[in-house]
Amino acid sequence: MAIINLRKMAINQSGTIVAVKVGGELGRRIREMGLVPGTEITIKQRAPLNDPVALRVMGGTLTLRNNEADYIEVDVSS
Amino acid sequence: MEPVLTIALAGNPNAGKTTLFNHLTGARQHVGNYPGITVEQKEGYCLHQGKEARVVDLPGTYSLTAYSVEELVARDFLINERPDVVVDVVDSSNLERNLYLSCQFLELGVPLVIALNMIDVAEKRGVTINAEKLSARLGVPVVPIIARSGKGVEAMLDAVLEVASAGIRPQPAFLSYGTDLDQALTDMTPDIAACADLTAIYPQRWLGVKLLENDEQIVSKIMETYPEAGKRLSARCETIGQHLQHTLGVYPEAVIADHRYGYIKSIIHQGVVTRKFVADRLYASDKIDKVVTHRVLGPLIMAGVLYCLYTFTFSYSSVPVEWLTDFFALVSKGVDMLLPDGPFKSLIISGVIDGVGGVFGFVPIIMFMFFGIAVLEDSGYLARVAFMMDRIFHFFGLHGSSVMPFIISGGIAGGCAVPGVMAARTLRSPKERMATLLTVPFMNCGAKLPVLTLLIGAFFSDHQARYMFLATLAAWLIALCVAKILRLTVLKGASTPFVMELPPYRFPTLKGLLIHTWERTWQYMKKAGTVILGISILIWAMMTYPQLPDNRAAHYGSLRQETQRTMAADEAGLAEALVKIKTEEAQEKLRNSFAGRIGVALERVSRWAGIDWRTNIALIGGFAAKEVIVSTLGTAYSLGEVDPEETISLQERLNKDPNWNPVVALAVLAFIMFYSPCFVTVVCIAKESGSWKWAAFSMLFNTLFAFVLAVAIYQIGALLYLR
Repeated sequence: MAIINLRKMAINQSGTIVAVKVGGELGRRIREMGLVPGTEITIKQRAPLNDPVALRVMGGTLTLRNNEADYIEVDVSS
Repeated sequence: MEPVLTIALAGNPNAGKTTLFNHLTGARQHVGNYPGITVEQKEGYCLHQGKEARVVDLPGTYSLTAYSVEELVARDFLINERPDVVVDVVDSSNLERNLYLSCQFLELGVPLVIALNMIDVAEKRGVTINAEKLSARLGVPVVPIIARSGKGVEAMLDAVLEVASAGIRPQPAFLSYGTDLDQALTDMTPDIAACADLTAIYPQRWLGVKLLENDEQIVSKIMETYPEAGKRLSARCETIGQHLQHTLGVYPEAVIADHRYGYIKSIIHQGVVTRKFVADRLYASDKIDKVVTHRVLGPLIMAGVLYCLYTFTFSYSSVPVEWLTDFFALVSKGVDMLLPDGPFKSLIISGVIDGVGGVFGFVPIIMFMFFGIAVLEDSGYLARVAFMMDRIFHFFGLHGSSVMPFIISGGIAGGCAVPGVMAARTLRSPKERMATLLTVPFMNCGAKLPVLTLLIGAFFSDHQARYMFLATLAAWLIALCVAKILRLTVLKGASTPFVMELPPYRFPTLKGLLIHTWERTWQYMKKAGTVILGISILIWAMMTYPQLPDNRAAHYGSLRQETQRTMAADEAGLAEALVKIKTEEAQEKLRNSFAGRIGVALERVSRWAGIDWRTNIALIGGFAAKEVIVSTLGTAYSLGEVDPEETISLQERLNKDPNWNPVVALAVLAFIMFYSPCFVTVVCIAKESGSWKWAAFSMLFNTLFAFVLAVAIYQIGALLYLR
């Protein structure tokens, strides 16, 4: 299994979330948007200054700042 | 007819809740605010099968926690007002994520109807949803609809009436949250059951789940009313929290969320959702985004769009603004002819008509701006702007969405802070929004421009363009830096997460745009209008009273008679002499008024920045509207009425005045750019922030800040150049 940080993922790379290691408001926001273990994500785009990042989750597109993506670990082996 | 039932519309932002609301209620709606906070409260009425229903549009949320005001408002409404039916508007093309909120409604046990909105979009993407199967598994009616066209809405209302007439409050859904948490919930049952006041309004198990989620509102409610049980409960929550942290390295909230998603997956997987083709094909939105948020093209397109919005707001609105100005000038003229000279006439013309004109003068600008923003917002582009600009604005403690208010306020020189402050509504993060509200007035609005032009023209006429450009740059720099300072001090706190949806691009509907524009404009007229009129009369009184003492008035009277007698032969000379007397009288009147006295008294302080009493009075007048500075300066320098567009005489006068020099001009320029916003803006800040405290802060802080800056410029400048 190759588990990397969401920040390190390349554009168009896909993977499955294995862990979201944050609580509080940020953790809640991340989870309520569907970013929970087992969810498949694909990196879609980065903003012109490389931050934030846009990703495809289930049927929608979400944005995250890089320092928020740091809490999310993704399995990119498949 | 009395409404027989209350329907609450709930759902995720961007799920089409507002479109459905507009479709149901049409023009029969009104917008207010929930008491004390700035969350909009929309209500309307709709008729179905001869029955009238009250429809309440709840704020769009993803969840029902206590983290944001929107979610608390939605939750408290559901619990305290007990609507007869809750219509959960769900985006069919994004079913799984949207059901996360539905799941929480089920846990809360509210009478629910699920509206599968945008079923057509889902089908275009190759997703078919079996509504009957979904309904059977969730145990609530599920109706596919297309809110934009109204398709399916009748059937949805049938279902709503059926649920309402059944009249049974459903049992809260029983979800399993895993062995550890289920055990904890069982352990907590006796203590929760003891809190009888709370279990009367909240389901028992739901209270337990909220305690495990460490929900602020519920925890504090239990602690207040049942401290004994509360202590035991929080101890239990703590042990389970530590246990989960040790064994799995996760928070209880995370486990609960995982199980909710697990429940949703188990429901939709077997035969509810079928995909006809591969889900990962490029949707139209993605194709557009490849260009629109492109590294190089994206910012260029954005600059173009923002420039268009700006031109649209300020250029096209100028025609109706002129009509209004002409209209109010006409009314003034009429009153001038009808009423005899005296204080009453002055009150009507300078106080009331100018005040009302001031309120309405902004209406076209605000209307055009809200229309432009509604187009960007409804089409989904605004979220992309926030996405692209966030890196820069986040650095200064703001949010990507702050860019719009800054541009409107004068980020491109010549905007207006009033619509700018109102544009900050698109920000959903409270701290960032407040910092934006407080710093946008630093931008160079259209009313400051004639004043800047006057001073730059008088003292730096060789480099006019360069100084104007520097002024714009300085405004941006100072505004952003002050925002950072505010976010590190009075508005301290972690930045709101940028976990945000980029909604698919959509064509906005004209009906939606018009309703959006109208309701926001109306709110400005209703809420700000009355206060602005009052303050405008107050400022008029300050600049007019007290009037000259009798002996001085008599002095000017006799002076006039004297001149008329001695110069009777020379007609041109007489007219000139009379004008001179009139302007001198006006100057003395102004100096004698409250504003004048304050200006003179303040000279002792303002000297530090090289500013004399005449400029002080003008700056006080500038609180009414910045362009008033020019005309007041004209009166203070006995030049009579000065047209802000035609200031050559005033420029020459200032240039020759011994009290003025380039260093003073620079200090005054800085002061004018950054001191207290005009009172219309201040009123809007109060209304938008929901508190006069922030409006007062904005006046005092900005004035103090501008003064320190002006003193620094004057003192350093004097040291270097004025030897």
